[in-house]
Amino acid sequence: MSREQEREPLWREEVSIFAADESYVGRRQFAKFLVLTSLGMFAGNLWLLAKSLLRRPAPRLPAVPVARLDELPVGGVKAFSYPGPNDPCLLVRYAPDRWAAYSQKCTHLSCAVYYAAESRRLACPCHHGFFAVEDGRVLQGPPPRPLPRIALERRGDRLVAVGVDLQGGEEARA
Amino acid sequence: MHGYEFYVDPSRCIGCQACVNACAECDTHRGVPMIHVDYVDRSSSIATVPTVCMHCDDPTCAQVCPADAIKKGADGIVHTSLKPRCVACSNCVLACPFGVPRMFVAAEQMMKCDMCYDRTSAGLRPMCATVCPSQALAYVAPETIARERREVPTNVFWFGNERVTTKVFYMVPPGTAEVRVDVVDFMWEEA
Repeated sequence: MSREQEREPLWREEVSIFAADESYVGRRQFAKFLVLTSLGMFAGNLWLLAKSLLRRPAPRLPAVPVARLDELPVGGVKAFSYPGPNDPCLLVRYAPDRWAAYSQKCTHLSCAVYYAAESRRLACPCHHGFFAVEDGRVLQGPPPRPLPRIALERRGDRLVAVGVDLQGGEEARA
Repeated sequence: MHGYEFYVDPSRCIGCQACVNACAECDTHRGVPMIHVDYVDRSSSIATVPTVCMHCDDPTCAQVCPADAIKKGADGIVHTSLKPRCVACSNCVLACPFGVPRMFVAAEQMMKCDMCYDRTSAGLRPMCATVCPSQALAYVAPETIARERREVPTNVFWFGNERVTTKVFYMVPPGTAEVRVDVVDFMWEEA
């Protein structure tokens, strides 16, 4: 084969028209790849583990007054922002002595949820996702997680937002 | 391979088409000949030329194949396209300077002469060379051709400024080292 051995582009070396020049991955090379990749993933997991163990506790969120106790009628809703100005939330008085506050962003695709008072559910109009107003759990539709719940405290005649529970959770009593 | 080389001598071709029919009998491509016999200028001459794959050292057909379907083996044989890879684009048909590859539209695959790889790799002669009555197609040892022929073999071709070297030899008049073809000279034009 009188072919000039000049420097060829990589694709030409890897996909040669000469059957003798074709190089397949060897057993040793493949084993090396497996070992190194596994080591890399192991090291990455160690790093993630260390990071989660060494994580500092999240700073306490500010306590922000949301509403007076007599401000909302039963079934009434008040929109507010917590903890930042770009985190829209809903406060719902769904029973005479029950209040609950949730992030307004649907956990599916972040559409704004609203309170459907007649069915006592938080509804997302985009893809018909429904959340329970008592604890924010998913009742129906595509949302993968419960709505983040805003922790409320009763201070005097005011409801104060004091934290965010991303997992959703217990019924918020106030 | 087994000490034999392929020699094509168009001056010996009598146009009998025996090679075409022998080729078509092969089981690897039954009924379809991979060799063709062309009339050079039928209105004024009885000259005919058999065309087999010349098995270029640097095969243009494989170079232009976008699907990596044409492979040249270590023994110098440029194989027919690999069926799972060929995309029937006809690049090879257009690129081959000798006009060898053929596109079989029904099969969506290019097929070409592979010098009867099933036979020559086992030491047998190609079908066309076994049946050629005038030995315009000869598969013999180099000493044999040097002893029995007046013409000399060459495997260097110039197509314009493109130099092509091949595994298959062409018989040319003594004193000729290479074949020069300017394609424009052979293009049909109104007299």
